[in-house]
Parts: sequence; C-alpha cells; structure tokens
Amino acid sequence: MDDFLAARLQMAFSLGFHIVFACIGMVMPFFMSIAHFYWLKTKKTVFKDVTKAWSRGVAIFFATGAVSGTVLSFELGLLWPKFMEHAGPIFGMPFSLEGTAFFIEAIALGFYLYGWDKLHPWFHWVTGVVVGVSGLLSGILVVAANSWMNSPSGFDFVDGKYLNIDPIKAMFNDAWFSQALHMSIAAFVSTGFAVAGIHALMILRGSNIEFHRKAFKIAAICGTVAACLQPLSGDISAKDVAKRQPAKLAAMEAHFHTEKNASLIIGGIPDTLNKKVDYALKLPGVLSFMATGDFNKEVTGLDRIPKQDQPPIAVTHYAFQIMVGMGMLMVGLAVLYFVALFRKKQWLDKTWLLKLFVVATPVGFIALEAGWTVTEVGRQPWIIHGVMRTADAVTLMPGIAYSFYLFTAVYISLAFIVSILLYRQIKYLRS
Amino acid sequence: MIYVVIVFLWTAILLYILLGGADFGAGIIELFTSKANRPKTRKTMYNAIGPIWEANHMWLIIAVVILFVGFPKIYTTISIYLHIPLVCMLLGIIARGTAFVFRNYDAVKDDMQRVYTPIFIYSSLITPFFLGIIAASSVSGRIDLAAIDFASAYIYSWLNWFSIAVGIFTVSICGYLATIFIIGQTTNEIDRKHFIRKAYRTIYTVMFCGALVFLAAYVDEIPLLDWIFGKLPGIVAIVAASISLVVMLWALNHNKPILLRLLAGFQVTMILFAATYTHFPDIVLLKNGVNLSLLTHQGQVKTIDSLGYALLIGSLFILPALFYLIYIFQQKKPAAQA
Repeated sequence: MDDFLAARLQMAFSLGFHIVFACIGMVMPFFMSIAHFYWLKTKKTVFKDVTKAWSRGVAIFFATGAVSGTVLSFELGLLWPKFMEHAGPIFGMPFSLEGTAFFIEAIALGFYLYGWDKLHPWFHWVTGVVVGVSGLLSGILVVAANSWMNSPSGFDFVDGKYLNIDPIKAMFNDAWFSQALHMSIAAFVSTGFAVAGIHALMILRGSNIEFHRKAFKIAAICGTVAACLQPLSGDISAKDVAKRQPAKLAAMEAHFHTEKNASLIIGGIPDTLNKKVDYALKLPGVLSFMATGDFNKEVTGLDRIPKQDQPPIAVTHYAFQIMVGMGMLMVGLAVLYFVALFRKKQWLDKTWLLKLFVVATPVGFIALEAGWTVTEVGRQPWIIHGVMRTADAVTLMPGIAYSFYLFTAVYISLAFIVSILLYRQIKYLRS
Repeated sequence: MIYVVIVFLWTAILLYILLGGADFGAGIIELFTSKANRPKTRKTMYNAIGPIWEANHMWLIIAVVILFVGFPKIYTTISIYLHIPLVCMLLGIIARGTAFVFRNYDAVKDDMQRVYTPIFIYSSLITPFFLGIIAASSVSGRIDLAAIDFASAYIYSWLNWFSIAVGIFTVSICGYLATIFIIGQTTNEIDRKHFIRKAYRTIYTVMFCGALVFLAAYVDEIPLLDWIFGKLPGIVAIVAASISLVVMLWALNHNKPILLRLLAGFQVTMILFAATYTHFPDIVLLKNGVNLSLLTHQGQVKTIDSLGYALLIGSLFILPALFYLIYIFQQKKPAAQA
C-alpha cells in the first residue's frame, strides 16, 4: 500500500473510532444527569438505577475516548509533521483550551463516579453536569480546530511563510460556528438514538420494563428533538460551505456544471468521465435555494474547479447522500414519536414503534461517520484549504502501511471488546 | 511569557512522571507480586487511585499540546525520527487505559478478567519503558537529519544502550513511586509491613538501574557524568536527592506515609531537574551537533502569549479542582467503587 494512502486511512480510522467514543462520552453525562435529577426530585429508585447504569457506560466510553484522543494528539505529528509544524502555532489555541476542558471533565468524572454517598447529593449532581458541559465544550473546541483547516484564517501566507499569526482569530474562523453547532447536535442525535434503541430492545424482550421505559424516554426525547433541529443547522452549514468551499459543495452534490437554477441531485451514480449523474432524482432549483437562499442564483460546479483541486467526487457524494438520508429517516421517526407522545398515547405501548427504534440504533452513528467523511474527504486535496496539500504534509518515514495495519488491528479488537462489554452490561441489567 | 510556557511544560512532564508514573507502577508491582498477594495489592491500589486515575494521564496531553503549539519544530522532529518508540508507547497507552476500565467496569467478573489483567500489567511496563527511551533519545544525539537509509534514520535514532537503560530506569522509578504511595493506603499492620519490605527492594532496584544508566552512557560515549556533575545545580540536586534517601530509610521504619510520599516526589523532581537543567534551554540534541532549543525554536510571540494565558487561566480551574478531588478522597476510608 502507498504510504500516503496508508497515512490517510490510518488517520480516518483513528478519527472514525474516536468520534464514536467522544460523542457518547460527551452526551451520555447529560442523560445521566437528567436521570439523576429525577432521582433526587422523585426519590424513585428506578431513576437511581438508570443513573448508575449509565454512569458505568460513561466511564467505559470516556476512558476509551480519552486514550484514543491521546493517540490522536500524537498521530497528528506522526503522520502529518509538515502540517503540524506550520499549523500547530496557528490553530493551537482551541487545543490548549481543550486541554483544560478535558482535564476538568476527567476531574469531575472522578468526583461523580466515586462520589455516591460521599458528597452532598446536589453537589454530586452538579459534578455530573460539569462532566457533560466540559465534555461538550472540549468537543466544540476540537471542532473549531478542524474548522480552521476548512477555513484557514488568523495568519498571512506570504511566499510560503506563515506570518502575523493571530491564534484567537484562527480559532474563531468563519466555519467554526456552523461546524460546532452541527457536530454538537449530531452527538445528541446519534447517542440519543443509539441509547434509545438499546433500551427499546430490552423493553421488547420484556425484562425490567420500568427501568428500560424510563431510560428509553430520556434518550428518545433528547435524540428526537435533536434530530428535528439538525436540518436547520445543516442548512446553515450548506450555505457556509457554498460560500467558502464551492469545490466541496459541488462534490457533495456531484454538481458537474456551473448553472443557475441548479438542481438538487438525490442519490444516483456520479459518472466522472461523462460529467453526469445516472439514476438520480433531480429537483430543479433546489440546490440553488439551499446554497444561496434563491432558486435562480448560480451555483459553482466542478467545471470551474481545476482538476488538481477537485476532491474525490464519488466518495463525497455518496457520504453526503447517506448522511442526509439517515438524517431524514430519524426526523421521520421523531415525528412519529412526537405524535405518540402528544396525540396517540396508545402508540407508546405498540411494539412497532419500539421495533423502529431498535432498527434505528446505529442510524445516528452512520450519519455521523458519513458527515465526517463529507467534511474530510470533501476538503481534499487540501489539508489546509487552499494553503497546503495533504500530500505535502505526510511524514517522511516510509512503511506507514505497517503502522496502518497495526492500528487497524488494535481498533478492531477494541471495538470488539467494547461490544462484548456493552452486551454484558445489558445482560447484567436483565438479571 | 515564554518562561511561563516552559515552566508549564516542565511541570506537566514532572506531574506525568509522578502521578502517571505511580499509576504505571501499580501495574508494574502487580507483575512483581506473587500470585497470592496480587488481589490485595490491586485492591489497596485502586481504592486510592480510582478517582484520580483519568486526571493523572491528562498531564501527557497538556505536555504534547504545549509542544506542538509552542514548539512545533521540536514536536515534529521527535515525531518523525522517534516514530517507532512513540507508536510503541501509544499502543501501551491504549492497551493500558482500556484494560483498566474494562476490568473495573465489566458488569460480570469472570474469565474475561484473565484477559484484561495481563494486558494491563504488561502495558503498564511497556509504556514507561518507551517513555524513557523517547526521553533519552532526545538527548543522546543519535537523531540524524541527514540519514539516508531507514535503519540509521528511524531505528538507531533511539535504539542504543543508553536509551534502553533509561527506559528500564523509568520503569523502576514508576514501581518505586507506586510502592511508596501504597504504604499510606494500607489498612492493617501486616499489609504495611509487606509493602515496606517491598519499598526496600524497589529502592535497591532504582539504585541498581540508575547505575546501569551511567554504565550504558559510558558504553555509548555519552558524557552523562559531565552533564550531571558538570554544573553546580546538578550536583546540588543529586546531593539533595541522596540526603532525602537517607531520611527516607528512617521514615520507612517510623510510619510516616505522607513524609515518604513527599520524599519520593522530591527525589524524582531532583532527578528530572538534574537531567534537564544541564541542557536547558536545549531539549533535543541532534547528531550534527545542532540542538533544538526551547528559546530559539519557539513559535511567534502572539502564539506563545496566548498559549501562556490559556495555560494560566486553565490552571486556575484545574489545580483547585484537582486538589479538592484528592483531598475529598483521602479524607475518609474509600468505599467500594461505583
């Protein structure tokens, strides 16, 4: 395997692995705090049981997320030293703040996990909330660093030199808000649906029903509300990408030809040779509207982007379709769930609704991974958009393929062990 | 502001060695404990370390972030030429962190523990070993930017007797810190006696491994004696550490657990001081005689300033919370885990 491809794949695997654990570690503490709040308010032990069960999950996912995050902080340099040499001092600000937020999260988690019956009940609860808030904050900060790669700012690039560095301006680059918002909501959607799905399965199996009903409701409400907010934040992101990275938008949509009243292409197989998309559903003018807010405005197509600056079209397009498709499925399920909650209470006891949630367990995470694929692959061939090419950033050391095999093996076995562990947690809850 | 950043970098490394090191040591002494005593060692250790376990490992992240934000050239040079030991260390960190959590949070305690425990123990050994190798390699002058073949660029940059000896020495330090720490956590006289006997053994081991480092330096023609004893502060640090060792032998027999911990921490601080002072501000010594200095290879002024402020503000939040965490859980007898 080519070293450059190996380095990209290793980075993709590491990020793809980390993101799952980071999201759960970020959002589960909120679920846990909600259950904990009900326990303190109502003194119903079922809420305490839910809180404790979830806090074990938080411990497992946080620790796995923390080690995979530590690995990433080294991998940036191990795989992309040229990038880090120049980017580190510019986009380092969010990382140094993230260090603090993450540290606070670790400390608060120590208080929370070991604080039962030792701390004042409400202080104990607050430490749980702090775990969630600082986790969310560190997520936002890391995304701010990523968004700088899409929207580099806070420096002047003159004759290959990076001058007049302003780390604060770099942190608050044009893309940070839309990306951080989209990602934070995505974390709630994916974790909410995953947790709700698992508890729905347990209700269907008929064990410890009261416990799982309470847990299901908290996770399902968080997940479905977030799922309905996500298209709005997606719209902000789409308009932002259209303005800053027309090549990425064009690849997402497999939009080959610059045109006014551009069609939104749903599905289909991009044919890069003949510059057309086969078997796709086309909605005239919708792409123009989504990108600019006006059905007749022009949307830049791939024909305006030099060949060497185009991202891989097929991967970006498919990933985008998957993300949007999964997102829509979740919105649909959310609507059904709201109808059940507010209009048709009898639906809540029907197995078909629970079965739908079981099926939807991985859907949020599939959308999340697909979304990151769009962001990262869609930025190619650049590692810093318009400034540095990914191929120029890769390490000099040969043999990265072996490192890739090694890390892949490690991540696969970790994923395997975590699955066993989760299965056993759930089995333990049944007995 | 650059000095603020350097102080933070040094402190983060020191705290990682002290706190993370004691934590690695927990796994290491489990390895060197007879099978019969293992459960006892484990239980005593984790009741104490559990709550601050995650926090101990944050110091490494802080150090890495300071390096890549403030001193990118140094970070990338290490990343390129010490790629292999770094990967080994990372694998150790992954294996250890996950095995620790798995064995403490698995809902069912059964045969799976037999999988987690060896992983935990051996990764506890491997991680500080490679950490020591990386630290030693950065000053052993074997990193060759002009190397053309794979072995001399990426293998011999770190594979030498001196680095290996420092790796072993780091492992022994971790075991030492853990043993001293655990004495204060024992709940009965038999356990206390047991760990005091162990402490004597680890002290001799550390001294032996320290001697190995000097021997290896001699073999590899690294002027270690000159580095450590060439300047007055180095001599003072080593003499202070030696005196504190004498005090320690006294304290071991007089049941002074807090004093023991302070002394062990002091000794390790002095060792790190003596090892880093001699090169300051240089942090990486290259084969071609050019050194990477914290003062000449720093980022632009605005970067260093904002990094310094971020660290200062961050420590306002972190330090009180961390001390409170340690304080709370040292107060009462720790109960069983959640």
